[in-house]
Amino acid sequence: MDNRIVSRLTDLLGEDRVLTKPEDLLVYGYDATPMMHETPGCVLFPDSTEQIGAILRLANAERIAVVTRGSGTGLSGGSIPVPHCIVVCTVRMDRILEIDRANLTARVQPGVLTAKLDEAAKACGLFYPPDPGSIKISTIGGNVANNSGGLRGLKYGVTRDYVMALEVVLASGDILRTGTACMKDVAGYNLKDLFVSSQGTLGVITEILLRLVPKPASKRTLLATFPSIQAAAETVSSIIAEPIVPCTLEFLDRMTISCVEDYAHIGLPLDCEALLLMETDGHPLVTEEEARAMERIAREHGALQVQIAKDDFEAERLASARRSASPALARVAPTTILEDATVPRNRLAEMVTFIQKTAEKYQIRIGTFGHMGDGNLHPTFLTDERNTDEIHRVEQGFAEIFEKAIALGGTITGEHGVGLAKKRFLPALIGQVGLNVHREVKRAFDPNMILNPGKIFD
Amino acid sequence: MNRSQLSDFAANHSMLKDLDYSILQQCIHCGMCLPTCPTYDATKLEISSPRGRIALMRAVADGKLETSQTFAEEMYFCLGCLACETACPAGVNYNHLIETARVEVEHAGALDSVKRNLLRNFFLSWLFRSRWRLRFAARLLWFYQRLGIQALLRRSGAMKWLPKTWRDLEALTPTISDSFTSLDRVPALSSSRRVGLLIGCIQDVAFAHVNRDTIYVLEQNGCEIVLPLEQACCGSLHAHNGDLEGARAQARRNLDAFDVDLLDAIIINAAGCGSQMKHYDRLLENDPVYMQKAKVWSKKVRDITEYLVEIGFRKPQSDPASHGTALLAYHEACHLVHGQKISAQPKEILKSLPHYTWVELPEAAWCCGSAGIYNITHPDMATTLLERKISHIMSSGAHVLASANPGCTLQILAGLKKQGMNVRVEHPVSLLADAYRNE
Repeated sequence: MDNRIVSRLTDLLGEDRVLTKPEDLLVYGYDATPMMHETPGCVLFPDSTEQIGAILRLANAERIAVVTRGSGTGLSGGSIPVPHCIVVCTVRMDRILEIDRANLTARVQPGVLTAKLDEAAKACGLFYPPDPGSIKISTIGGNVANNSGGLRGLKYGVTRDYVMALEVVLASGDILRTGTACMKDVAGYNLKDLFVSSQGTLGVITEILLRLVPKPASKRTLLATFPSIQAAAETVSSIIAEPIVPCTLEFLDRMTISCVEDYAHIGLPLDCEALLLMETDGHPLVTEEEARAMERIAREHGALQVQIAKDDFEAERLASARRSASPALARVAPTTILEDATVPRNRLAEMVTFIQKTAEKYQIRIGTFGHMGDGNLHPTFLTDERNTDEIHRVEQGFAEIFEKAIALGGTITGEHGVGLAKKRFLPALIGQVGLNVHREVKRAFDPNMILNPGKIFD
Repeated sequence: MNRSQLSDFAANHSMLKDLDYSILQQCIHCGMCLPTCPTYDATKLEISSPRGRIALMRAVADGKLETSQTFAEEMYFCLGCLACETACPAGVNYNHLIETARVEVEHAGALDSVKRNLLRNFFLSWLFRSRWRLRFAARLLWFYQRLGIQALLRRSGAMKWLPKTWRDLEALTPTISDSFTSLDRVPALSSSRRVGLLIGCIQDVAFAHVNRDTIYVLEQNGCEIVLPLEQACCGSLHAHNGDLEGARAQARRNLDAFDVDLLDAIIINAAGCGSQMKHYDRLLENDPVYMQKAKVWSKKVRDITEYLVEIGFRKPQSDPASHGTALLAYHEACHLVHGQKISAQPKEILKSLPHYTWVELPEAAWCCGSAGIYNITHPDMATTLLERKISHIMSSGAHVLASANPGCTLQILAGLKKQGMNVRVEHPVSLLADAYRNE
């Protein structure tokens, strides 16, 4: 990067907040997305909204691209640098500014780790429900920018449902405040929602007001296995029709079950086609009754085995079957590509079967698990990036799975974001009009195209 | 290989390029290691995280990065605590990677200086290659400590004339044991098991009583103990400092000294050594002479706490009236909990002791900063970690702290002393031996 720019940035932030050594730049070239790397021009660690304002004013005047990044755990390449860009890393803006028990809100800086917020909320008897897989290291800023989900989507929704207000630095360097601490607020356009899942293309989020909820008093955990995916899917539908809204309804397919058992030795039966992890939380009397009802429904649909956890320890053991899914699959092959095609709940069985057929058709290995309650699947491709022939087949498989998801009324990404990884599939989903509106919105916020250019759409 | 041959070798050769690429590829850069890494936690810099270091190693292997000084410094800034391995969902063998990267650094000579090379030669190629040299050096230190020279120097205030690094080092010198470990065969009272015992280097000269307690406890549990005279330092010091050839030499000496086929297990009571000894199979995988023996050895190495639980150790008996209320906490040595995944066993032993009340140590599995010779090479980071550990010991209210690694014990004792805290630090096996003796 131009020395003149570097020295102006150093004047703004101080020497230790500006990285330019090749080794330092190299390690900000990736996030958690496989097979993507790009070297930035410099990496900055601002610690205030004002500093970010000054950085963006400079970048906008000089037409330098700016890519915002938290801990770099994204799965769609959203925070992969643009060549020679400025990376704004928010990890030092990591203060929880306030937990307001009267209004049930938390005001935080973007670099706060999701798990730290959850801990702080729990210490006040409250609860922050979104729990992405990377919760221990992902930042709240990154969660908002990607609208991250997690295992509790069915009952508690996703990050978007907890964002009440945002402070955002715009490309011009101006500071926008949108939203309030009011549960009801219909003043003007709902601008804050534009920034949720915008992946840093519309502004840099510098402060977030989040909604918290009371911590549930109890939780019951069940694990059931089924002879077919259809049986598991029907169980899920019947539970929801009962009506019960469990906080978790997670699914593993046969391939994933066998990898999990190999890795975690939980004692899972290997002669089943599908496994469901079910959790209900709330008042102890209600969770008890709901757990019994879910057990009955699973048995009515031909479950091979149903276990209800007797205590927290056993609940933890059962839940580890689902939590181990991703690591267990990751150990099997050198390259793991985790996708998140999502369909309406009633089309789940069809989608899972299609994924399995696609794997057979292209002679590739795909383990599928995911959030059956909200239709969000994680087909996980097990491959080797050095095997170009196989990677080609993987890409063909991908494309067909996304096409199928769209055909079933679903979407190409439920919680990871479009970023770079799914950019080419977006037009098919949103159509020409949708794409035009995206472009108009982008131009309105960022006329010089400096904010994370080339992500989501062109 | 002499120096010029070595640099020729380095010019045409990269350890990281030679490494099985799938070991590097195993890292899916998910970032789950970041919150568990003490150096990332302190700096919030990606380059000082396991994920960042692996990315650098991969760039070297790909020929995209030179073995630069920054690369070299970062490889040695790592504590080698292996907390990242525990957190890693993808099963990355970080220990293997960091050891290889350090060999790369040494081959490339990226950190060479006259002083560093002299010190490395003295410690790695001379002192820790011979038990007798080490014992001789320790005996000199013992004279210094016992003849009152140390006390005199400390009292007289002469210490303050020493440079700060020397003063810090002096504070870390272990108190040398009056007598070292006796190397004799110990027949069992009623022998049903025969085990070998590696007496270690620091353990032997500074904590010889831990070796005696280990022998006593094994005896009490019906084991015959074999202590070959020719046994050597485990080689972890070499492996952690980019000298894998030195580590291999130590491993071969131990494989020669112990007749693994005649032993049920090879016992070790120092976490760092155990972690190294369990990897002799990998270390010697390309050695046609020792490969097979190393495989058997690696299968048979047991940490003392692991072995005692495995054989169903005898629970100490006591009169309930004599039960004490001293609070006992456990510091999890990195190379036990992360390096060997041993955590439940020492706790099971400690909880069986009748004279203590168990308390949890917050962040028990977070590195204390000792990390082999890290507290000497990186005193600032080591001190930050030590202060964190000491504050947790203080908040736990423990009267006795159990620690199963001599490096940790020395480091924590130095920290406690600096704070003026009166907490005993003991190896779990010493506490068990005491309990047997008090039956």
